[in-house]
Amino acid sequence: MSGDVPQLLINGLLAGTQLAVPAIGFTTIFAVLRFPSFAIASHATIGAYAGYLANVWLGLPAGVALLAAFVVAGLFGVASDEIALRRLRTSGPLTVAIASVALTIVLENLVRFGFGNDQRGYAVAVLRDWRVDLGVFGMVRIGPQQVHNAGAALVAMGVLFVFLGFTRTGKMMRAVADNPMLASLKGINADRVAQLANFIGMGLAGFGGMLVAMDTAVDPLTGFRVMLSIFAAAVVGGLGSIPGAVLGAFVVGVGEELSIVVLDPTYRTAVGFLAILVVLSFRPRGLLGERAV
Amino acid sequence: MENYLLAMAVFAGCYALMALGLNLIFGLAGMINLGLVGFFAIGAYCSALLTVKLQVPLLLAWPAAILAASACGVGVALVTARLRGDYLAIVTLGFSEVIRLVASNEIWLTNGTDGISAIPAPGRGVLTPLLFNLQFMVIVWLAVGLAALLVARLSAAPFGRVLRAIREDDVIASVAGKPVLVFKLQAFAIGAGLMGAAGALYAHFNAYIAPDSFQPLVTIYVVLALTAGGTGTVRGAVLGAILVVALTEGTRFLGGVIPGLAPVQIAALREAIIGIVLILLLTYRPGGIIPERPRTHRLEVS
Repeated sequence: MSGDVPQLLINGLLAGTQLAVPAIGFTTIFAVLRFPSFAIASHATIGAYAGYLANVWLGLPAGVALLAAFVVAGLFGVASDEIALRRLRTSGPLTVAIASVALTIVLENLVRFGFGNDQRGYAVAVLRDWRVDLGVFGMVRIGPQQVHNAGAALVAMGVLFVFLGFTRTGKMMRAVADNPMLASLKGINADRVAQLANFIGMGLAGFGGMLVAMDTAVDPLTGFRVMLSIFAAAVVGGLGSIPGAVLGAFVVGVGEELSIVVLDPTYRTAVGFLAILVVLSFRPRGLLGERAV
Repeated sequence: MENYLLAMAVFAGCYALMALGLNLIFGLAGMINLGLVGFFAIGAYCSALLTVKLQVPLLLAWPAAILAASACGVGVALVTARLRGDYLAIVTLGFSEVIRLVASNEIWLTNGTDGISAIPAPGRGVLTPLLFNLQFMVIVWLAVGLAALLVARLSAAPFGRVLRAIREDDVIASVAGKPVLVFKLQAFAIGAGLMGAAGALYAHFNAYIAPDSFQPLVTIYVVLALTAGGTGTVRGAVLGAILVVALTEGTRFLGGVIPGLAPVQIAALREAIIGIVLILLLTYRPGGIIPERPRTHRLEVS
Protein backbone atom coordinates (compact mmCIF):
# COMPACT_ATOMS: atom_id res chain seq x y z
CA MET A 1 0.00 0.00 0.00
CA SER A 2 2.72 2.48 0.99
CA GLY A 3 4.12 2.20 -2.52
CA ASP A 4 1.05 4.16 -3.64
CA VAL A 5 1.85 7.13 -1.45
CA PRO A 6 3.60 9.25 -4.13
CA GLN A 7 0.61 8.64 -6.41
CA LEU A 8 -1.83 9.59 -3.67
CA LEU A 9 0.17 12.71 -2.83
CA ILE A 10 0.04 13.87 -6.43
CA ASN A 11 -3.71 13.14 -6.63
CA GLY A 12 -4.20 15.01 -3.38
CA LEU A 13 -2.25 18.08 -4.52
CA LEU A 14 -4.23 18.23 -7.77
CA ALA A 15 -7.52 17.78 -5.92
CA GLY A 16 -6.49 20.40 -3.37
CA THR A 17 -5.76 22.94 -6.10
CA GLN A 18 -9.29 22.47 -7.44
CA LEU A 19 -10.86 22.56 -3.99
CA ALA A 20 -9.06 25.82 -3.19
CA VAL A 21 -11.26 27.75 -5.66
CA PRO A 22 -14.69 27.20 -4.02
CA ALA A 23 -13.03 27.33 -0.58
CA ILE A 24 -11.73 30.82 -1.40
CA GLY A 25 -15.24 31.73 -2.52
CA PHE A 26 -16.76 30.52 0.76
CA THR A 27 -14.15 32.25 2.89
CA THR A 28 -14.45 35.52 0.91
CA ILE A 29 -18.17 35.70 1.63
CA PHE A 30 -17.48 34.92 5.27
CA ALA A 31 -14.77 37.60 5.47
CA VAL A 32 -17.05 40.35 4.19
CA LEU A 33 -20.55 39.26 5.32
CA ARG A 34 -19.57 37.36 8.51
CA PHE A 35 -21.75 34.28 8.06
CA PRO A 36 -21.06 30.77 6.73
CA SER A 37 -23.03 30.57 3.49
CA PHE A 38 -24.41 27.10 2.96
CA ALA A 39 -25.70 28.41 -0.38
CA ILE A 40 -22.18 27.77 -1.68
CA ALA A 41 -23.32 24.21 -2.48
CA SER A 42 -26.16 25.17 -4.82
CA HIS A 43 -24.07 27.85 -6.50
CA ALA A 44 -21.37 25.28 -7.24
CA THR A 45 -24.11 23.21 -8.85
CA ILE A 46 -25.41 26.22 -10.80
CA GLY A 47 -21.88 26.87 -12.06
CA ALA A 48 -21.55 23.25 -13.15
CA TYR A 49 -24.83 23.50 -15.12
CA ALA A 50 -23.98 26.91 -16.61
CA GLY A 51 -20.71 25.42 -17.83
CA TYR A 52 -22.61 22.42 -19.15
CA LEU A 53 -25.00 24.63 -21.13
CA ALA A 54 -22.12 26.67 -22.56
CA ASN A 55 -20.01 23.64 -23.33
CA VAL A 56 -22.56 21.11 -24.60
CA TRP A 57 -25.47 23.21 -25.89
CA LEU A 58 -23.52 26.16 -27.28
CA GLY A 59 -20.45 24.09 -28.17
CA LEU A 60 -17.99 26.46 -26.50
CA PRO A 61 -14.59 25.15 -25.37
CA ALA A 62 -14.20 24.15 -21.72
CA GLY A 63 -12.11 27.23 -20.87
CA VAL A 64 -14.85 29.61 -22.02
CA ALA A 65 -17.46 27.44 -20.29
CA LEU A 66 -15.54 27.87 -17.02
CA LEU A 67 -15.83 31.62 -17.46
CA ALA A 68 -19.57 31.20 -18.01
CA ALA A 69 -19.76 29.10 -14.84
CA PHE A 70 -18.10 31.91 -12.91
CA VAL A 71 -20.29 34.69 -14.28
CA VAL A 72 -23.63 32.87 -14.07
CA ALA A 73 -23.03 31.56 -10.53
CA GLY A 74 -21.80 35.01 -9.51
CA LEU A 75 -24.94 36.71 -10.86
CA PHE A 76 -27.13 34.09 -9.15
CA GLY A 77 -25.19 34.79 -5.97
CA VAL A 78 -25.85 38.53 -6.10
CA ALA A 79 -29.51 38.07 -7.02
CA SER A 80 -30.31 35.39 -4.46
CA ASP A 81 -28.59 37.35 -1.71
CA GLU A 82 -30.51 40.45 -2.70
CA ILE A 83 -33.85 38.60 -2.74
CA ALA A 84 -33.51 36.14 0.12
CA LEU A 85 -30.73 36.99 2.56
CA ARG A 86 -29.98 40.72 2.60
CA ARG A 87 -32.91 41.73 4.77
CA LEU A 88 -31.99 39.08 7.33
CA ARG A 89 -28.53 40.46 8.01
CA THR A 90 -29.81 42.61 10.87
CA SER A 91 -31.15 39.47 12.61
CA GLY A 92 -27.65 38.11 13.12
CA PRO A 93 -25.31 35.68 11.38
CA LEU A 94 -27.07 32.53 12.64
CA THR A 95 -30.38 33.51 11.07
CA VAL A 96 -28.65 34.24 7.77
CA ALA A 97 -26.81 30.91 7.97
CA ILE A 98 -30.11 29.04 8.50
CA ALA A 99 -31.71 30.98 5.64
CA SER A 100 -28.75 30.09 3.43
CA VAL A 101 -29.46 26.40 4.03
CA ALA A 102 -33.05 27.02 2.93
CA LEU A 103 -31.78 29.00 -0.05
CA THR A 104 -29.49 26.19 -1.14
CA ILE A 105 -32.41 23.76 -1.02
CA VAL A 106 -34.54 26.12 -3.12
CA LEU A 107 -31.84 26.66 -5.77
CA GLU A 108 -30.88 22.99 -5.91
CA ASN A 109 -34.51 22.13 -6.55
CA LEU A 110 -34.88 24.79 -9.21
CA VAL A 111 -32.00 23.08 -11.00
CA ARG A 112 -33.70 19.71 -10.46
CA PHE A 113 -36.96 21.15 -11.79
CA GLY A 114 -35.26 22.25 -14.99
CA PHE A 115 -32.86 19.40 -15.63
CA GLY A 116 -34.09 16.38 -13.68
CA ASN A 117 -31.83 14.07 -11.70
CA ASP A 118 -29.92 12.66 -14.70
CA GLN A 119 -26.14 12.73 -14.60
CA ARG A 120 -24.57 14.66 -17.46
CA GLY A 121 -21.03 15.02 -18.74
CA TYR A 122 -19.09 17.70 -20.57
CA ALA A 123 -17.99 17.52 -24.18
CA VAL A 124 -14.31 17.19 -23.40
CA ALA A 125 -11.99 14.62 -24.89
CA VAL A 126 -11.11 11.75 -22.59
CA LEU A 127 -7.32 11.65 -22.62
CA ARG A 128 -5.06 8.83 -21.63
CA ASP A 129 -3.21 9.22 -18.32
CA TRP A 130 0.38 10.31 -18.48
CA ARG A 131 2.85 7.93 -16.90
CA VAL A 132 5.75 9.56 -15.16
CA ASP A 133 8.77 7.72 -13.77
CA LEU A 134 9.82 9.17 -10.44
CA GLY A 135 12.83 6.87 -10.05
CA VAL A 136 12.94 5.45 -6.52
CA PHE A 137 9.32 6.50 -5.91
CA GLY A 138 8.13 4.34 -8.79
CA MET A 139 5.73 5.15 -11.61
CA VAL A 140 2.84 7.54 -11.12
CA ARG A 141 -0.15 8.15 -13.35
CA ILE A 142 -1.39 11.68 -13.89
CA GLY A 143 -4.71 12.47 -15.53
CA PRO A 144 -4.43 15.31 -18.08
CA GLN A 145 -7.94 16.50 -17.09
CA GLN A 146 -6.84 16.92 -13.48
CA VAL A 147 -3.78 18.87 -14.60
CA HIS A 148 -5.90 21.12 -16.83
CA ASN A 149 -8.31 21.68 -13.95
CA ALA A 150 -5.50 22.50 -11.54
CA GLY A 151 -4.10 24.91 -14.15
CA ALA A 152 -7.48 26.63 -14.50
CA ALA A 153 -7.73 26.83 -10.72
CA LEU A 154 -4.29 28.41 -10.49
CA VAL A 155 -5.22 30.99 -13.14
CA ALA A 156 -8.40 31.87 -11.22
CA MET A 157 -6.44 32.26 -7.99
CA GLY A 158 -3.82 34.39 -9.75
CA VAL A 159 -6.47 36.74 -11.14
CA LEU A 160 -8.09 37.02 -7.72
CA PHE A 161 -4.71 37.75 -6.12
CA VAL A 162 -4.02 40.58 -8.55
CA PHE A 163 -7.57 41.92 -8.09
CA LEU A 164 -7.44 41.96 -4.29
CA GLY A 165 -3.86 43.11 -4.09
CA PHE A 166 -3.55 45.77 -6.75
CA THR A 167 -6.94 47.23 -7.71
CA ARG A 168 -8.81 49.92 -5.86
CA THR A 169 -11.99 47.83 -5.64
CA GLY A 170 -10.03 44.85 -4.34
CA LYS A 171 -8.44 46.97 -1.64
CA MET A 172 -11.88 48.30 -0.69
CA MET A 173 -13.09 44.75 -0.23
CA ARG A 174 -10.18 43.89 1.99
CA ALA A 175 -10.74 47.04 4.01
CA VAL A 176 -14.36 46.06 4.71
CA ALA A 177 -13.32 42.51 5.62
CA ASP A 178 -10.66 43.87 7.93
CA ASN A 179 -12.71 46.49 9.74
CA PRO A 180 -16.21 47.35 8.47
CA MET A 181 -16.55 50.32 10.83
CA LEU A 182 -13.33 51.97 9.72
CA ALA A 183 -14.13 51.22 6.08
CA SER A 184 -17.49 52.97 6.33
CA LEU A 185 -15.83 55.99 7.97
CA LYS A 186 -13.61 56.16 4.92
CA GLY A 187 -16.73 56.36 2.79
CA ILE A 188 -16.68 52.82 1.39
CA ASN A 189 -20.15 51.69 0.36
CA ALA A 190 -20.69 48.50 2.37
CA ASP A 191 -23.67 47.36 0.26
CA ARG A 192 -21.66 47.58 -2.93
CA VAL A 193 -18.80 45.64 -1.37
CA ALA A 194 -21.25 43.00 -0.10
CA GLN A 195 -22.60 42.57 -3.64
CA LEU A 196 -19.09 42.28 -4.99
CA ALA A 197 -18.17 39.71 -2.34
CA ASN A 198 -21.23 37.69 -3.29
CA PHE A 199 -20.42 37.91 -6.99
CA ILE A 200 -16.81 36.85 -6.54
CA GLY A 201 -17.52 34.28 -3.82
CA MET A 202 -20.41 32.54 -5.55
CA GLY A 203 -18.67 32.93 -8.92
CA LEU A 204 -15.66 31.07 -7.56
CA ALA A 205 -18.03 28.46 -6.13
CA GLY A 206 -19.52 28.03 -9.61
CA PHE A 207 -16.07 27.85 -11.19
CA GLY A 208 -15.02 25.24 -8.63
CA GLY A 209 -18.31 23.40 -9.09
CA MET A 210 -17.62 23.01 -12.80
CA LEU A 211 -14.05 21.83 -12.11
CA VAL A 212 -15.39 19.17 -9.73
CA ALA A 213 -18.12 18.21 -12.22
CA MET A 214 -15.54 17.78 -14.98
CA ASP A 215 -13.86 15.23 -12.74
CA THR A 216 -17.11 13.50 -11.79
CA ALA A 217 -20.51 14.36 -13.26
CA VAL A 218 -23.07 17.16 -13.45
CA ASP A 219 -26.22 16.54 -11.42
CA PRO A 220 -28.27 18.54 -8.90
CA LEU A 221 -26.15 17.24 -6.00
CA THR A 222 -22.75 18.07 -7.54
CA GLY A 223 -22.25 21.00 -5.18
CA PHE A 224 -23.68 19.35 -2.12
CA ARG A 225 -21.26 16.44 -2.41
CA VAL A 226 -18.24 18.73 -2.09
CA MET A 227 -19.78 21.11 0.45
CA LEU A 228 -18.24 19.39 3.44
CA SER A 229 -14.78 19.43 1.83
CA ILE A 230 -15.17 23.14 1.05
CA PHE A 231 -16.16 23.90 4.65
CA ALA A 232 -13.31 21.76 5.89
CA ALA A 233 -10.76 23.58 3.74
CA ALA A 234 -12.01 26.99 4.89
CA VAL A 235 -12.26 26.06 8.57
CA VAL A 236 -8.91 24.26 8.66
CA GLY A 237 -7.26 27.28 7.09
CA GLY A 238 -9.18 29.70 9.28
CA LEU A 239 -12.57 31.16 8.28
CA GLY A 240 -12.17 34.46 6.47
CA SER A 241 -8.55 33.96 5.46
CA ILE A 242 -7.89 33.49 1.74
CA PRO A 243 -4.34 32.12 2.09
CA GLY A 244 -5.83 29.92 4.82
CA ALA A 245 -8.44 28.55 2.43
CA VAL A 246 -5.72 27.61 -0.06
CA LEU A 247 -3.61 25.94 2.61
CA GLY A 248 -6.69 24.23 4.05
CA ALA A 249 -7.67 22.97 0.59
CA PHE A 250 -4.28 21.31 0.20
CA VAL A 251 -4.49 19.78 3.69
CA VAL A 252 -7.99 18.43 3.00
CA GLY A 253 -7.19 17.36 -0.58
CA VAL A 254 -4.06 15.47 0.39
CA GLY A 255 -5.72 14.15 3.57
CA GLU A 256 -8.69 12.77 1.63
CA GLU A 257 -6.38 10.95 -0.79
CA LEU A 258 -3.97 9.63 1.85
CA SER A 259 -6.88 8.38 3.94
CA ILE A 260 -7.34 5.66 1.33
CA VAL A 261 -4.29 3.95 2.84
CA VAL A 262 -6.14 3.33 6.10
CA LEU A 263 -9.83 3.94 5.36
CA ASP A 264 -12.40 2.70 2.90
CA PRO A 265 -12.52 5.20 -0.03
CA THR A 266 -16.22 5.80 0.64
CA TYR A 267 -15.21 7.58 3.84
CA ARG A 268 -13.30 10.28 1.97
CA THR A 269 -15.79 13.03 2.85
CA ALA A 270 -15.55 12.11 6.51
CA VAL A 271 -11.86 13.07 6.40
CA GLY A 272 -12.80 16.72 5.95
CA PHE A 273 -15.06 16.53 8.98
CA LEU A 274 -12.30 14.86 11.00
CA ALA A 275 -9.90 17.60 9.93
CA ILE A 276 -12.39 20.23 11.15
CA LEU A 277 -12.67 18.52 14.53
CA VAL A 278 -8.92 18.13 14.98
CA VAL A 279 -8.14 21.71 14.01
CA LEU A 280 -10.96 23.20 16.08
CA SER A 281 -9.92 21.16 19.12
CA PHE A 282 -6.29 22.25 19.04
CA ARG A 283 -6.29 25.52 17.14
CA PRO A 284 -9.84 26.92 17.07
CA ARG A 285 -8.97 29.81 14.77
CA GLY A 286 -7.65 27.50 12.08
CA LEU A 287 -4.14 27.44 10.70
CA LEU A 288 -4.07 31.05 9.49
CA GLY A 289 -7.32 32.56 10.76
CA GLU A 290 -8.93 34.65 13.40
CA ARG A 291 -10.41 33.45 16.67
CA ALA A 292 -13.33 31.01 16.64
CA VAL A 293 -14.36 31.21 20.29
CA MET B 1 -58.04 8.28 4.27
CA GLU B 2 -58.23 7.81 8.05
CA ASN B 3 -55.15 5.61 7.79
CA TYR B 4 -53.31 8.31 5.94
CA LEU B 5 -54.30 11.03 8.39
CA LEU B 6 -53.25 8.89 11.34
CA ALA B 7 -49.90 8.17 9.71
CA MET B 8 -49.43 11.89 9.15
CA ALA B 9 -50.27 12.49 12.81
CA VAL B 10 -47.52 10.02 13.74
CA PHE B 11 -45.00 11.83 11.55
CA ALA B 12 -46.12 15.19 12.95
CA GLY B 13 -45.52 13.76 16.43
CA CYS B 14 -41.98 12.74 15.46
CA TYR B 15 -41.29 16.24 14.15
CA ALA B 16 -42.80 17.70 17.30
CA LEU B 17 -40.42 15.63 19.46
CA MET B 18 -37.46 16.85 17.43
CA ALA B 19 -38.68 20.43 17.49
CA LEU B 20 -38.97 20.21 21.29
CA GLY B 21 -35.40 18.92 21.43
CA LEU B 22 -34.23 21.71 19.17
CA ASN B 23 -36.15 24.15 21.33
CA LEU B 24 -33.93 23.22 24.29
CA ILE B 25 -30.67 23.31 22.35
CA PHE B 26 -31.31 26.27 20.05
CA GLY B 27 -34.43 27.98 21.36
CA LEU B 28 -33.32 28.18 24.99
CA ALA B 29 -29.54 27.66 25.02
CA GLY B 30 -28.98 29.41 21.67
CA MET B 31 -26.72 26.73 20.20
CA ILE B 32 -27.52 26.17 16.55
CA ASN B 33 -27.83 22.50 15.60
CA LEU B 34 -28.02 21.83 11.88
CA GLY B 35 -27.22 18.16 12.41
CA LEU B 36 -30.26 17.10 14.37
CA VAL B 37 -31.18 14.53 11.75
CA GLY B 38 -28.00 12.74 12.87
CA PHE B 39 -29.45 12.21 16.36
CA PHE B 40 -32.76 11.18 14.79
CA ALA B 41 -30.82 8.60 12.73
CA ILE B 42 -28.90 7.31 15.75
CA GLY B 43 -32.13 6.74 17.66
CA ALA B 44 -33.74 5.03 14.68
CA TYR B 45 -30.80 2.75 13.88
CA CYS B 46 -30.09 1.92 17.53
CA SER B 47 -33.64 0.82 18.26
CA ALA B 48 -34.09 -0.95 14.91
CA LEU B 49 -30.82 -2.88 15.19
CA LEU B 50 -31.43 -3.90 18.79
CA THR B 51 -34.89 -5.26 18.03
CA VAL B 52 -34.17 -6.80 14.62
CA LYS B 53 -30.70 -8.25 15.17
CA LEU B 54 -30.72 -8.98 18.90
CA GLN B 55 -34.48 -9.41 19.51
CA VAL B 56 -34.30 -6.95 22.39
CA PRO B 57 -37.82 -6.07 23.60
CA LEU B 58 -39.11 -2.64 22.59
CA LEU B 59 -39.35 -1.43 26.16
CA LEU B 60 -35.58 -1.79 26.45
CA ALA B 61 -34.71 -0.76 22.90
CA TRP B 62 -36.44 2.61 23.06
CA PRO B 63 -34.66 3.83 26.21
CA ALA B 64 -31.41 2.50 24.73
CA ALA B 65 -32.02 4.55 21.60
CA ILE B 66 -32.64 7.67 23.67
CA LEU B 67 -29.47 7.05 25.69
CA ALA B 68 -27.39 6.48 22.56
CA ALA B 69 -28.58 9.72 20.95
CA SER B 70 -28.07 11.51 24.25
CA ALA B 71 -24.51 10.24 24.58
CA CYS B 72 -23.73 11.37 21.03
CA GLY B 73 -25.25 14.74 21.89
CA VAL B 74 -22.87 15.07 24.84
CA GLY B 75 -19.98 14.09 22.58
CA VAL B 76 -20.87 16.69 19.95
CA ALA B 77 -21.44 19.33 22.63
CA LEU B 78 -18.09 18.57 24.30
CA VAL B 79 -16.26 19.17 21.04
CA THR B 80 -18.26 22.22 20.02
CA ALA B 81 -19.37 23.96 23.22
CA ARG B 82 -16.58 26.50 23.04
CA LEU B 83 -17.18 27.32 19.39
CA ARG B 84 -18.92 30.35 17.97
CA GLY B 85 -22.30 29.76 16.34
CA ASP B 86 -21.09 29.81 12.74
CA TYR B 87 -18.57 27.06 13.43
CA LEU B 88 -21.20 25.12 15.36
CA ALA B 89 -23.50 25.23 12.32
CA ILE B 90 -20.79 23.72 10.12
CA VAL B 91 -19.70 21.06 12.61
CA THR B 92 -23.21 19.84 13.42
CA LEU B 93 -24.15 19.62 9.74
CA GLY B 94 -20.93 17.68 9.12
CA PHE B 95 -21.78 15.38 12.01
CA SER B 96 -25.12 14.38 10.51
CA GLU B 97 -23.53 13.77 7.11
CA VAL B 98 -20.91 11.50 8.71
CA ILE B 99 -23.65 9.55 10.48
CA ARG B 100 -25.36 9.05 7.11
CA LEU B 101 -22.04 8.01 5.59
CA VAL B 102 -21.52 5.41 8.31
CA ALA B 103 -25.08 4.13 7.84
CA SER B 104 -24.47 3.77 4.09
CA ASN B 105 -21.07 2.09 4.36
CA GLU B 106 -21.07 -0.20 7.40
CA ILE B 107 -23.06 -2.78 5.50
CA TRP B 108 -22.34 -5.60 7.98
CA LEU B 109 -24.26 -3.61 10.59
CA THR B 110 -26.79 -1.43 8.80
CA ASN B 111 -27.36 -3.23 5.45
CA GLY B 112 -26.00 -0.10 3.80
CA THR B 113 -28.27 1.72 1.37
CA ASP B 114 -30.64 -1.27 1.29
CA GLY B 115 -31.72 -0.26 4.77
CA ILE B 116 -33.29 -2.30 7.54
CA SER B 117 -36.74 -3.69 6.98
CA ALA B 118 -39.28 -5.64 9.03
CA ILE B 119 -38.66 -3.56 12.14
CA PRO B 120 -41.16 -4.88 14.69
CA ALA B 121 -43.87 -2.83 16.37
CA PRO B 122 -46.48 -3.88 18.90
CA GLY B 123 -49.62 -5.11 17.20
CA ARG B 124 -48.36 -5.01 13.63
CA GLY B 125 -50.11 -7.76 11.69
CA VAL B 126 -52.39 -8.50 14.63
CA LEU B 127 -54.40 -5.28 14.67
CA THR B 128 -56.09 -3.94 11.56
CA PRO B 129 -53.99 -1.24 9.85
CA LEU B 130 -56.41 1.39 11.11
CA LEU B 131 -56.19 0.24 14.73
CA PHE B 132 -52.42 -0.14 14.44
CA ASN B 133 -52.02 3.42 13.20
CA LEU B 134 -54.40 4.69 15.84
CA GLN B 135 -52.50 2.89 18.58
CA PHE B 136 -49.17 4.19 17.33
CA MET B 137 -50.54 7.71 17.03
CA VAL B 138 -51.57 7.54 20.69
CA ILE B 139 -48.11 6.26 21.71
CA VAL B 140 -46.32 8.99 19.78
CA TRP B 141 -48.50 11.81 21.03
CA LEU B 142 -48.23 10.53 24.60
CA ALA B 143 -44.48 10.81 24.13
CA VAL B 144 -44.92 14.33 22.72
CA GLY B 145 -47.08 15.24 25.73
CA LEU B 146 -44.46 13.94 28.15
CA ALA B 147 -41.67 15.70 26.29
CA ALA B 148 -43.63 18.97 26.16
CA LEU B 149 -44.24 18.74 29.88
CA LEU B 150 -40.55 18.06 30.50
CA VAL B 151 -39.38 20.93 28.31
CA ALA B 152 -41.98 23.32 29.75
CA ARG B 153 -40.91 22.45 33.30
CA LEU B 154 -37.23 22.76 32.46
CA SER B 155 -37.89 26.03 30.69
CA ALA B 156 -39.73 27.52 33.67
CA ALA B 157 -37.24 26.17 36.19
CA PRO B 158 -33.98 27.90 37.12
CA PHE B 159 -32.37 25.54 34.59
CA GLY B 160 -34.25 27.24 31.75
CA ARG B 161 -33.42 30.66 33.11
CA VAL B 162 -29.71 29.84 33.03
CA LEU B 163 -30.00 28.49 29.47
CA ARG B 164 -31.66 31.72 28.36
CA ALA B 165 -28.94 33.69 30.10
CA ILE B 166 -26.32 31.64 28.22
CA ARG B 167 -28.18 32.29 24.97
CA GLU B 168 -28.16 36.04 25.54
CA ASP B 169 -24.56 36.25 26.77
CA ASP B 170 -22.59 33.26 27.98
CA VAL B 171 -19.79 35.41 29.38
CA ILE B 172 -22.21 37.14 31.76
CA ALA B 173 -23.71 33.76 32.69
CA SER B 174 -20.29 32.42 33.60
CA VAL B 175 -19.38 35.59 35.47
CA ALA B 176 -22.56 35.03 37.49
CA GLY B 177 -21.01 31.74 38.57
CA LYS B 178 -22.96 29.40 36.30
CA PRO B 179 -20.97 26.45 34.92
CA VAL B 180 -21.81 27.25 31.29
CA LEU B 181 -20.26 24.10 29.84
CA VAL B 182 -22.24 21.81 32.15
CA PHE B 183 -25.50 23.54 31.23
CA LYS B 184 -24.72 23.35 27.52
CA LEU B 185 -23.93 19.63 27.83
CA GLN B 186 -27.16 19.00 29.71
CA ALA B 187 -29.22 20.90 27.15
CA PHE B 188 -27.58 18.98 24.32
CA ALA B 189 -28.02 15.65 26.12
CA ILE B 190 -31.75 16.12 26.74
CA GLY B 191 -32.39 17.68 23.32
CA ALA B 192 -30.53 14.95 21.45
CA GLY B 193 -32.33 12.34 23.57
CA LEU B 194 -35.69 13.69 22.40
CA MET B 195 -34.48 13.55 18.80
CA GLY B 196 -33.34 9.97 19.37
CA ALA B 197 -36.78 9.12 20.78
CA ALA B 198 -38.36 10.55 17.65
CA GLY B 199 -36.04 8.37 15.55
CA ALA B 200 -36.89 5.21 17.45
CA LEU B 201 -40.63 5.83 17.15
CA TYR B 202 -40.28 6.65 13.46
CA ALA B 203 -38.28 3.47 12.72
CA HIS B 204 -40.80 1.17 14.38
CA PHE B 205 -43.81 2.84 12.86
CA ASN B 206 -42.33 2.94 9.36
CA ALA B 207 -40.94 -0.64 9.73
CA TYR B 208 -38.16 0.36 7.33
CA ILE B 209 -35.23 2.76 7.55
CA ALA B 210 -32.41 3.54 5.14
CA PRO B 211 -29.72 6.25 5.01
CA ASP B 212 -31.94 8.17 2.59
CA SER B 213 -34.51 8.67 5.36
CA PHE B 214 -32.00 10.93 7.11
CA GLN B 215 -31.31 13.67 4.58
CA PRO B 216 -30.41 17.18 5.76
CA LEU B 217 -33.87 18.17 4.52
CA VAL B 218 -35.32 16.64 7.71
CA THR B 219 -33.24 19.09 9.73
CA ILE B 220 -34.71 21.93 7.71
CA TYR B 221 -38.23 20.62 8.36
CA VAL B 222 -37.61 20.74 12.09
CA VAL B 223 -35.93 24.16 12.00
CA LEU B 224 -38.93 25.32 10.00
CA ALA B 225 -41.31 23.79 12.55
CA LEU B 226 -39.62 25.57 15.43
CA THR B 227 -39.32 28.87 13.56
CA ALA B 228 -42.93 28.73 12.38
CA GLY B 229 -44.29 27.92 15.81
CA GLY B 230 -42.07 30.25 17.76
CA THR B 231 -38.49 29.64 18.81
CA GLY B 232 -38.21 29.28 22.54
CA THR B 233 -41.80 28.21 23.20
CA VAL B 234 -43.13 24.71 23.81
CA ARG B 235 -46.55 25.20 22.25
CA GLY B 236 -44.89 26.78 19.22
CA ALA B 237 -42.67 23.74 18.67
CA VAL B 238 -45.66 21.38 18.67
CA LEU B 239 -47.88 23.63 16.57
CA GLY B 240 -45.04 24.21 14.11
CA ALA B 241 -44.52 20.47 13.65
CA ILE B 242 -48.18 20.03 12.73
CA LEU B 243 -47.96 22.94 10.29
CA VAL B 244 -44.86 21.50 8.62
CA VAL B 245 -46.50 18.15 8.03
CA ALA B 246 -49.61 19.92 6.70
CA LEU B 247 -47.38 21.89 4.37
CA THR B 248 -45.29 18.97 3.10
CA GLU B 249 -48.36 16.80 2.66
CA GLY B 250 -50.52 19.57 1.23
CA THR B 251 -48.00 20.21 -1.53
CA ARG B 252 -48.18 16.51 -2.44
CA PHE B 253 -51.30 17.38 -4.41
CA LEU B 254 -49.51 19.96 -6.55
CA GLY B 255 -49.37 17.45 -9.39
CA GLY B 256 -53.13 17.49 -9.64
CA VAL B 257 -53.26 21.29 -9.71
CA ILE B 258 -50.51 21.95 -12.24
CA PRO B 259 -50.83 19.51 -15.13
CA GLY B 260 -47.93 18.34 -17.28
CA LEU B 261 -45.30 18.08 -14.56
CA ALA B 262 -43.01 15.06 -14.26
CA PRO B 263 -42.88 13.43 -10.79
CA VAL B 264 -39.31 14.68 -10.30
CA GLN B 265 -40.51 18.23 -11.01
CA ILE B 266 -43.29 17.95 -8.46
CA ALA B 267 -40.83 16.61 -5.87
CA ALA B 268 -38.46 19.48 -6.66
CA LEU B 269 -41.24 22.06 -6.32
CA ARG B 270 -42.32 20.62 -2.96
CA GLU B 271 -38.83 20.84 -1.53
CA ALA B 272 -38.35 24.33 -2.94
CA ILE B 273 -41.59 25.49 -1.31
CA ILE B 274 -40.32 24.34 2.10
CA GLY B 275 -37.19 26.43 1.63
CA ILE B 276 -39.12 29.46 0.44
CA VAL B 277 -41.54 29.31 3.37
CA LEU B 278 -38.64 29.14 5.83
CA ILE B 279 -36.96 32.19 4.30
CA LEU B 280 -40.25 34.12 4.26
CA LEU B 281 -40.91 33.24 7.91
CA LEU B 282 -37.42 34.25 8.99
CA THR B 283 -37.88 37.55 7.17
CA TYR B 284 -41.43 38.52 8.07
CA ARG B 285 -42.31 36.53 11.17
CA PRO B 286 -39.01 35.72 12.93
CA GLY B 287 -40.80 35.24 16.27
CA GLY B 288 -43.15 32.63 14.82
CA ILE B 289 -46.86 32.22 15.47
CA ILE B 290 -46.39 32.09 19.22
CA PRO B 291 -43.46 34.40 19.95
CA GLU B 292 -41.52 33.96 23.15
CA ARG B 293 -42.68 36.52 25.70
CA PRO B 294 -39.95 38.40 27.49
CA ARG B 295 -40.06 37.23 31.07
CA THR B 296 -40.37 39.95 33.64
CA HIS B 297 -40.42 39.49 37.35
CA ARG B 298 -42.41 41.67 39.71
CA LEU B 299 -41.46 41.90 43.31
CA GLU B 300 -44.46 41.45 45.58
CA VAL B 301 -44.24 44.03 48.32
CA SER B 302 -46.19 42.96 51.34
